[in-house]
Amino acid sequence: MRGDAVLQLDRLAIAQDAFRLSADWQVPAGARVALIGPSGAGKSTLLAAIAGFLAPVSGRVLWQGRDLAPLPPGERPLSMLFQDQNLFPHLTVAQNLGLGLRPDLRLSPQERAEVAAALERVGLGGLGARRPGALSGGQMARAALARVLLRARPLLLLDEPFAALGPALKADMLALVAEVAGNSGATLLMVTHDPADALAICDLAVLVAGGRAEPPRPPAALFAERPPALADYLGPASE
Amino acid sequence: MASGAGTIGGLALLLVAAPLGAVVWRAGGLALSPADLAALRFTLLQAALSAVVSVGLAVPVARALARRRFPGRAMLITVMGAPFLLPVIVAILGLLAIFGRSGVLNAALAAAGLPVLSVYGLQGVVLAHVFLNLPLATRMILQGWQMIPAERFRLAASLGFSPADSFRHLERPMLIQILPGAVATVFAICLTSFAVALVLGGGPRATTLELAIYQAVRFEFDLRHAAGLALVQTALGGLATMAAWVLARHAGFGAGLDRTPLLAAPGGWHRVVDGLAVALAALFLLAPLAAVLAGGAPGVLQLPAQVWPAAARSVAVALVSALMTTGVALALAEARAAGRLGWVELAAMLPLATSGLVLGTGLFLIAQPLVPPMLLALPVTILVNTLLSLPFAYRLILPEAQALQADYGRLATALGLTGLSRLRLLTLPRLARPLGFAAGLGAALSMGDLGVIALFAGERDATLPLVVQRLAAAYRNDAAAGAALLLVGLSFALFWAFDAGGRRAAT
Repeated sequence: MRGDAVLQLDRLAIAQDAFRLSADWQVPAGARVALIGPSGAGKSTLLAAIAGFLAPVSGRVLWQGRDLAPLPPGERPLSMLFQDQNLFPHLTVAQNLGLGLRPDLRLSPQERAEVAAALERVGLGGLGARRPGALSGGQMARAALARVLLRARPLLLLDEPFAALGPALKADMLALVAEVAGNSGATLLMVTHDPADALAICDLAVLVAGGRAEPPRPPAALFAERPPALADYLGPASE
Repeated sequence: MASGAGTIGGLALLLVAAPLGAVVWRAGGLALSPADLAALRFTLLQAALSAVVSVGLAVPVARALARRRFPGRAMLITVMGAPFLLPVIVAILGLLAIFGRSGVLNAALAAAGLPVLSVYGLQGVVLAHVFLNLPLATRMILQGWQMIPAERFRLAASLGFSPADSFRHLERPMLIQILPGAVATVFAICLTSFAVALVLGGGPRATTLELAIYQAVRFEFDLRHAAGLALVQTALGGLATMAAWVLARHAGFGAGLDRTPLLAAPGGWHRVVDGLAVALAALFLLAPLAAVLAGGAPGVLQLPAQVWPAAARSVAVALVSALMTTGVALALAEARAAGRLGWVELAAMLPLATSGLVLGTGLFLIAQPLVPPMLLALPVTILVNTLLSLPFAYRLILPEAQALQADYGRLATALGLTGLSRLRLLTLPRLARPLGFAAGLGAALSMGDLGVIALFAGERDATLPLVVQRLAAAYRNDAAAGAALLLVGLSFALFWAFDAGGRRAAT
């Protein structure tokens, strides 16, 4: 179900060295948005700007009408999963999850129980005492997602955290993401290279190409229309 | 954090700048005699030779230690720290026992009917500097090797890399990043080395600027001349510091997942070369240490009464300055790694441009009108030792702080992991190894320092190195050798406690 606009990029302009990207659009509450486009087009950079790692050159990022500029990344109403390094290797899985509740890790028994429950929820029950190095890639992705559950922020940014997983595992993880986002009503922005991902769980897609992030529209419509930038990226139509 | 690091950095800058200001003010002008110019030339020559030889010899040793596992390896790495930590005057006594006129080497040469070698002059100064700095260079380069994630070596093995391929793609890029900083650091140390030139140099052909400053103060009573020489010394050190600054680069080796190292060590002649490198380095470093042990053992059982309180003062001074150095270096390195406050690098590296004698002289000039300098002997010693260790501690911590920031900075920030929680849960556990090493280095350097304390101390607050020096000057050779052995033991114990603590906390 679509709600009112929650995330608004208001004439946003980002620059990094010679690179420029602009965006001016909004996303309704609970939407699941795919960012699609060629490598180096700025998909990850756009997420970094929304997350607060990169100050915009001009324009604003608004959440429910409030400008996020004064908030440091950790205080923004969002969780982010990076391409890699989502877990601290020297902390146990349970400690990594606990950081999502209290960054000082002074957890109450109640909070410890929440951590255990989140681990169960993603299928990692009983693995809390392990270090990330002892987990498989899929298990590490699940652990990171469990921390997203615990943080319970209304916006979830995925910077291709599952790119290294196999197709079946990636599909599992995307289904889990969709379920998590659906249950909590969170809004989702995810970077992807794969149109199938966008079609599988997203109801909107943003084409990022040529220095511009275009306004979101339904993925099916986008792929049907195949604007030139998208056609260049996807290659010849496979019909 | 940012303002805290800024305050600490500003204070560190001030504490170096104020004594330098006093020296400049007192120097008045600058007029170098031919003897001063000769000292300048010799200072540059010996420091350049010492730096290149130390680092050049350290590369094969560090590589062998990085990729081989053999019994006693961990012990050897710990002992490798010893010559740099050894109080310099004690190290020189050990080298004289091996390479000196009546040392082991010349005795063997004479027995074989060959001409004996002199350990005085340029070759002696370079020999002592290589002995003192080869271990530091080896440890710096070894840390570089350890920063290459094991995953990279595993990838190299799976791609069928030959040793030459591994060198080209993994080791050479690391060395290109590490070596310039290592050369610059050793060069700067050798620029300001005083005791080595005092014992092994001297005369018109082998006098360094530091030695010239000392002579101007002690024998000419010409503070103006001393301050002028100190200015030249500081300008030289400033240039070396800037070189180190420019040459230092980010350590972007990417993240590893803390899996067990899988170093693919090539066999055949590589194995022989590695074995030789380790064996020769161990012999070169251990023989003088063994000579110190053997020479001091008889006297250590009957030490004069003034030794024990001096030892207690030295340990207290060493502990306080080690903790101060490590804390300041961590705050500055973290601020730098986070990309804030670029100028803190200057605060951390500026002490390299100075020396114990220069800072001590400046502080003496400042203190004299206000309080009797003797009252400040121990606080000033702690302060100067903290500042002089700071560049090394900072250099050791910075690359790993930068790697930590590159790998986990965003994740920590995204989770709101800040302030003390970040220190406790991320910074201290991940940086325990370089922090322990830096603290151990600071403690041992402070323990063995015999520069500033000699300017300030009276009879009642001497530190252990000063007592050793006084006993030796009074020809009480057995007592001096025994006290020297105690000094070595305490320096080494302090270093070992911090370094091993850090390495244990890191695993």
